Amino acid sequence: MSVLVYIDHTDGEIKKSSLEAASYGAQLASQLGVAAHGLVLGTLNAELSALGKQGLQKVHQVKNDSLNQFDPGQQAAMVAEAVTSLGATVVVLSNNVTGKALGPRLSARLRAGLVAGAVALPDTGNGFVVKKAVFSGKAFAQVAVSSPIKIIALTPNAFSVSNGDGNAEVADINLTVPAAKIKVTGINKIKGQIPLSEAELVVSGGRGLKGPENWGMIEELADLLGAATACSRPVADSHWRPHHEHVGQTGGAVAPNLYFAVGISGAIQHLAGVNRSKVIVVINKDPEAPFFKAADYGIVGDAFEVMPKIIDSVKKLKGK
Amino acid sequence: MKILVCISKTPDTTAKIAFTDNNTKFATEGVQWIINPYDEWYALVRAIELKEKDPTTVLHLVNVGGAENDAIIRKALALGGDEAIRVNIESQDSFTIASQIAQVAKDGGYDLVFTGKETIDYNGSSIGGMVAELLDWSYVSLATKLDIEGSNVKLTREIEGGEENVETSLPLVVSAQKGMAEQRIPNMKGIMGARTKPLKVVEPVAAEALTSIAGFELPPAKAGVKLVPADNPEELVRLLHEEAKVI
Repeated sequence: MSVLVYIDHTDGEIKKSSLEAASYGAQLASQLGVAAHGLVLGTLNAELSALGKQGLQKVHQVKNDSLNQFDPGQQAAMVAEAVTSLGATVVVLSNNVTGKALGPRLSARLRAGLVAGAVALPDTGNGFVVKKAVFSGKAFAQVAVSSPIKIIALTPNAFSVSNGDGNAEVADINLTVPAAKIKVTGINKIKGQIPLSEAELVVSGGRGLKGPENWGMIEELADLLGAATACSRPVADSHWRPHHEHVGQTGGAVAPNLYFAVGISGAIQHLAGVNRSKVIVVINKDPEAPFFKAADYGIVGDAFEVMPKIIDSVKKLKGK
Repeated sequence: MKILVCISKTPDTTAKIAFTDNNTKFATEGVQWIINPYDEWYALVRAIELKEKDPTTVLHLVNVGGAENDAIIRKALALGGDEAIRVNIESQDSFTIASQIAQVAKDGGYDLVFTGKETIDYNGSSIGGMVAELLDWSYVSLATKLDIEGSNVKLTREIEGGEENVETSLPLVVSAQKGMAEQRIPNMKGIMGARTKPLKVVEPVAAEALTSIAGFELPPAKAGVKLVPADNPEELVRLLHEEAKVI
């Protein structure tokens, strides 16, 4: 019996969302009194033994460059084989872009119940019940998993990364590598930017900013804070900002520690994408903007007057 | 080519979320039902576009649920599609739903199955991947573009902080999201035509649920917004640093 954590990686590094999954998996393993192992498919620059800091005891790796291209069918077959050969009873992965493709395939393959979007450790006192967000963040459901093997896909940024002292043992594992059916032909990504889904802090702009030429202050504040930038639907629809920055019902959902919204009125569809943020700040000149009802802090004022002062103040705070 | 589009019924995006029966059931009273937006705007519309480009394409819709779903299925048929299939079973969990859809896909000899990237009620993002595994087909999730050249399919899918172009071949399951197509409004001809399109009801195959919902809860209410005067925004930065401790 063990908990097996699927470790997702990109550009040679472990994704932060997988460090969260590793921390979650290790805590779950100690709750169940079993071992916590990791599984890495592909090659990295990062030192895998460092996953001991998140509490993993052993990391199994299939060192094969071709696995760095993601084919969920190929990987589901490999993870399933690892689950069987290692005798894992719980699989933990991040519910990130990879997990959303891999988790369901693995669930159907192993006939293992999947909780996609878990936000807390399971209640194992009586059965196996995991809390997840439903209705686009407007409620939570307690999901009982009845199958012998359980799969938990953890919502990014819902669980803190633990940083202990441990060192994980790293070992090669021999798994059948099925032929990939999906070929990656190109990647379009701005390097060095914080991906929105992994960001702890998000600065977001809406129509109130009047045009893409005014995004400098959003980007400057985000840079100072080490935050990702986001936008509302009308902004993405007008092509002021790229689509992948759009958060809301039809865009991405985020749950950062801070969501800093400038010039966004806060329609219910926008709130559906951000309502799990821990702290929401709203800057809007309309005191009736619905977003203020969902906010923790707010300023009723003109973004063009308020933002430069906020930026100066953050510069002082950061000693810049 | 034969395309199958999965259509789910969800509460409207503005529906009030509340629960009954000791917080074990969604309170449906007064709820407006819609086609799950991702299924309608992106999956279905892209499939319709493919049929417009190649009129020999056969386009069917599938829904899993009781007769109360027929109104939503007709709404989807008003946008397009030749016929719809409803698998007559109350949905239990993702795996039981996916098992029904996989069976329909297998029986009908489809080449391409579309789903939306997730439903806006259970947010599982699971059906497409499960169907693909049950059929042993390729799966491309969170796709923003899809073009077919013979049996070769070129897609763009989301990755963290960007997009990735991929190529694969049919048969294929795709989960579609924003970018894949533009929302359409059904016209009168479509609405009239939908009334007479075949809506076949088929009986379910046996499939065991792997999960169940033990209960629901609403998030704790917000304490209310703390407003900072517009002439003193420095105070906001202080509060975020010292009180909320997020910066």
